[in-house]
Amino acid sequence: MTQRTDLLRRQSLDTPPSLSAERAVLLTDFYEAQAGRHSVPVLRALSFLHLCQHKSIYLGEGELIVGERGPKPKAVPTYPELNCHSAEDLRILNSREKTWYRADDECIRAYEERVIRYWHGRSMRDLIFAVLPPEWHDAYAAGMYTEFMEQRAPGHTVLDDKIYGKGMLDFRQDIARSLAALDFLTDPLAVDKREALRSFDIACDAVIVFAQRHAALARERAAAEQDATRRGELHAIAEVCDRVPAHAPRTFHEALQYYWFCHLAVITELNGWDAFNPGHLDQHLLPFYERGLADGTLTRASARELLECFFIKFNNHPAPPKVGVTAAESGTYTDFANINIGGLLKDGSSGANEVSHILLEIVDDMHLLQPSTNVQLSRRTPDALLAHALRVLSKGYGFPSIFNADAVVEEQLRQGKSVEDARAGGCSGCVEVGAFGKEAYILTGYFNMPKVFELALHNGVDPRSGKQLGPRTGEAASFTSWEAVFAAYRAQFRHFLEIKLRGNHVIERMYATLMPAPFLSVLTDDCVARGVDYNSGGARYNNNYVQFVGLGSLSDSLSAVQAMCFTDSSHRLALSDLVAALDADFAGQEPLRQRLSHKTPKYGNDNDDADEIMVRIFNTCVEELDGRPNVKGGHYRVEMLPTTSHVYFGSMTGAMPDGRQARRPLSEGISPVQGADRHGPTGVIKSASKMDQVKSGGTLLNMKFTPSLVNDGEGVDKWAHLVRSYFKLDGHHIQFNVVSAAALREARAQPSEHRDLIVRVAGYSDYFCDLSDALQEEIIARTEHEGF
Amino acid sequence: MIDGAGTMSSAPRDSARTTGLVFNIQRYSLHDGPGIRSTVFLKGCPLACAWCHNPESIAPAREFIVAESRCIACGECREACPYGAATPGTGPIPSRNADCDFCAQCADACPTGARELIGRQMSVAEVRDELLKDAIFFAESGGGVTVSGGEPLMQWQFVEELLPALRERGIHTALDTSGYAPLERLLTVAARSDLVLYDLKGFDEARHIEYTGVSNASIHANLRALDAAHANIWIRVPIVPGFIDDAEDLSRMAALVSTLHHVTRVSLLPFHGAAERKYERLGRVNRTSHVDPPTAEQMERSAQIFRAHSLPVHIGA
Repeated sequence: MTQRTDLLRRQSLDTPPSLSAERAVLLTDFYEAQAGRHSVPVLRALSFLHLCQHKSIYLGEGELIVGERGPKPKAVPTYPELNCHSAEDLRILNSREKTWYRADDECIRAYEERVIRYWHGRSMRDLIFAVLPPEWHDAYAAGMYTEFMEQRAPGHTVLDDKIYGKGMLDFRQDIARSLAALDFLTDPLAVDKREALRSFDIACDAVIVFAQRHAALARERAAAEQDATRRGELHAIAEVCDRVPAHAPRTFHEALQYYWFCHLAVITELNGWDAFNPGHLDQHLLPFYERGLADGTLTRASARELLECFFIKFNNHPAPPKVGVTAAESGTYTDFANINIGGLLKDGSSGANEVSHILLEIVDDMHLLQPSTNVQLSRRTPDALLAHALRVLSKGYGFPSIFNADAVVEEQLRQGKSVEDARAGGCSGCVEVGAFGKEAYILTGYFNMPKVFELALHNGVDPRSGKQLGPRTGEAASFTSWEAVFAAYRAQFRHFLEIKLRGNHVIERMYATLMPAPFLSVLTDDCVARGVDYNSGGARYNNNYVQFVGLGSLSDSLSAVQAMCFTDSSHRLALSDLVAALDADFAGQEPLRQRLSHKTPKYGNDNDDADEIMVRIFNTCVEELDGRPNVKGGHYRVEMLPTTSHVYFGSMTGAMPDGRQARRPLSEGISPVQGADRHGPTGVIKSASKMDQVKSGGTLLNMKFTPSLVNDGEGVDKWAHLVRSYFKLDGHHIQFNVVSAAALREARAQPSEHRDLIVRVAGYSDYFCDLSDALQEEIIARTEHEGF
Repeated sequence: MIDGAGTMSSAPRDSARTTGLVFNIQRYSLHDGPGIRSTVFLKGCPLACAWCHNPESIAPAREFIVAESRCIACGECREACPYGAATPGTGPIPSRNADCDFCAQCADACPTGARELIGRQMSVAEVRDELLKDAIFFAESGGGVTVSGGEPLMQWQFVEELLPALRERGIHTALDTSGYAPLERLLTVAARSDLVLYDLKGFDEARHIEYTGVSNASIHANLRALDAAHANIWIRVPIVPGFIDDAEDLSRMAALVSTLHHVTRVSLLPFHGAAERKYERLGRVNRTSHVDPPTAEQMERSAQIFRAHSLPVHIGA
């Protein structure tokens, strides 16, 4: 770090996250005056223009990359049109112990006097909940699934290379061409398309206005600046903001600033999931980097400093907090922007370059919570990039994660994408594959498989509430074979999945009609060419995902049922007796619980009996979901990732036949149950690779290594071979925590001394001390692979 | 089949029938040769080194261990044991019972896994198949299989069959030995291994006898003979403060090794106290219970002694 970025970094770390009502108030003003006067797309675009014209802008001391979403760093705006915080929400967010956001009296008063009054009953969340049917609400309340779009807008997307060759004025020409080509005589949707294209055009203009305001502010500051060096920098910033985003960037600095304006625009227009993401940043920046070195306007050090400033910008933007929060619930400040490093070029060759290594150096040096970073490792990726990534990971900061770039391409080809689009794609958020700049790949919610099984063991009744939520698939005593048990599970699974999908379709149509995203549409092919919004299916590809949770817990439970209830042994148990023990949460039956925990085959040990069950569960997800149509002309796909939902789902799920007690966390991703894997990392990898991961749109495998395992060159080499082997077996993603359980326990005991400890959760990294108690315990309980 | 003393009868050579007494197969074993390896540990050792980190490997017969911390005193072991009712006391039965014939019903009945039978008769084919599970990792990393112990040469006929069964599948093999065995057995088995890991535990004979229970005279003689016959030997020296850390003694070992022609690596292995609990569970006396691991500086000083003899020394494996 330079002196400048060291200072900016410390400011970013030390500034407390706060809530700002500015956006909510501006939006309320606008809607009160304008709602009903325009078509919905144009209204949305004009509201975005209004924000770009009137929001406070910020230019900090020493900054080179400029622009904040809120009025200042770490001041987080709210999005009442999506969901409106109550005054109580704001007070809890202000005062809760972990992941708090300071909300001052002025903010709360603005909400009470202006924002809530207008938006109560008008927000998307209110509208969605009002129209979803009772069975959807019942299953939702029981913890069968979650719903992403009740909190944030569809987003989940990543930018490709399109902005590095085109300015907003060029995009406006494209829009004009599409408008000119509309056929109002024979195309029944021509009017809708006209409104969409008009909204896109306004959105392009809004971003130019936003940049021009920064240029003017920089000049104003320059005029008052005493220091000649800084005055020069401020003039340079003004010139950059004059140039981009109106025109295509020419320099490294312009390229980064252009992306940053686009990023801010996307997250100001709406609060889409996973913020926004520059994707293959190293690949996009390389031409600017090389040109700058060649013409003498850039050095490696100055490029690195600009990138450091750029990274700090991400860290200045904590995720907007949820509504309907409770004091006990903790969230995360991470907003899931996940920069891809390495990967493949469109021609199939390796995309790793010098900028890739600079990015890894920055990750190593700055230890920021945001942005997330991942390495896209292809068989064509040089070993040097993997070695560099592992050296960074071995420091124990949970970054970067590692993806199999070849599997990422294969997964997308299976979805019907062109090979070039697949290679230009990658991963975002936690582990999700997508064609960058060309796809709306929407995560719709987590799905609690162990809870479904719990209902299958109780004839469709949720034992927690006593309600008949699912179909009557038979009492436990009536099952005469393991296959009969599995058939009951599958019937319940289909029932709840279909409730979830019917709900999704309602929500998606509401976003299509009520909440378009004009600026995001400009950045996503082929919205402009088709004249169709991102939220209406304008993207070239439209995949929807359901993220299945609890694979390990369910595998081990079904394995235990097989071993204990349907296999001849001296300890054979009637299934109804097992269910009675589960209902009692094993009270008075500790030996039984121990036997279930320790003496039945477990997934994660390269044991074919247990792993075959895991494969059945995964295949059931694929067979029941994959290829079903969504309402955007795309399809549903399977994903295996929990983020933090395995803790929530666990809290809603009773005792399970794998010996897990009621309310405890479930297993995460495709990782084995915490502590159940006893045959080392190769055993886990072999087990996980028995699932045909190419049929997913992302799986998540976490491993915990003790630092001694990777503390020398040979240890790191062998680690690299372990990763390469998993990827040869078509594994999608692997991530490591290199930290001992003892160190984590110490951090729990003395949080004030370990505030900077970042760990991998399940798809993202977070400050360990900000995690909920349950999640901290879950991470400590994960199997720790030691050196032997 | 092998008897309790670990010697083999001359049964027909059939990989389905020749068995070895295995006490562990460790996957992702990083310190027993190049690359990612699986190490098969055979039970039984003629040495009893004071610092042994696998004390359960020493006895050449099956034995029970009980992890007291995991025992919930449910008494299911007593119920399952044919002699349980006749065994004095209540609750869990002792891990060693005079009448025990290793039917293992007690371990099977134990719900927590606290009671475990150490040592399992496995056929060559069974062991080979278990080891082949990680073949993809071996191929990727230049790793393979290491046969260790105990002293694997105590079960030399089993090893003599296992190694070719692996090599014919293209698996790199290593033998980890104390060298304390009849020379012809050593050479026969070594000829079937791509690499020999040869342990040296001090030069001074009197101290070697005191710490390991045996003389090192034949170990040194065997090493010289092996060097004449085998192209790839790694010497492994545990550094155990108070036992093997004397500069003079290390220097004499280094001098011995420097006369050899086929030593491609010398590994100095820092003692660690991780086996403490195993001694407790086995009810064995641990002569190194108060020994701290060597410091990094101590390891470096030891390495210097070997470097002075121009040997390719590594700290750790």
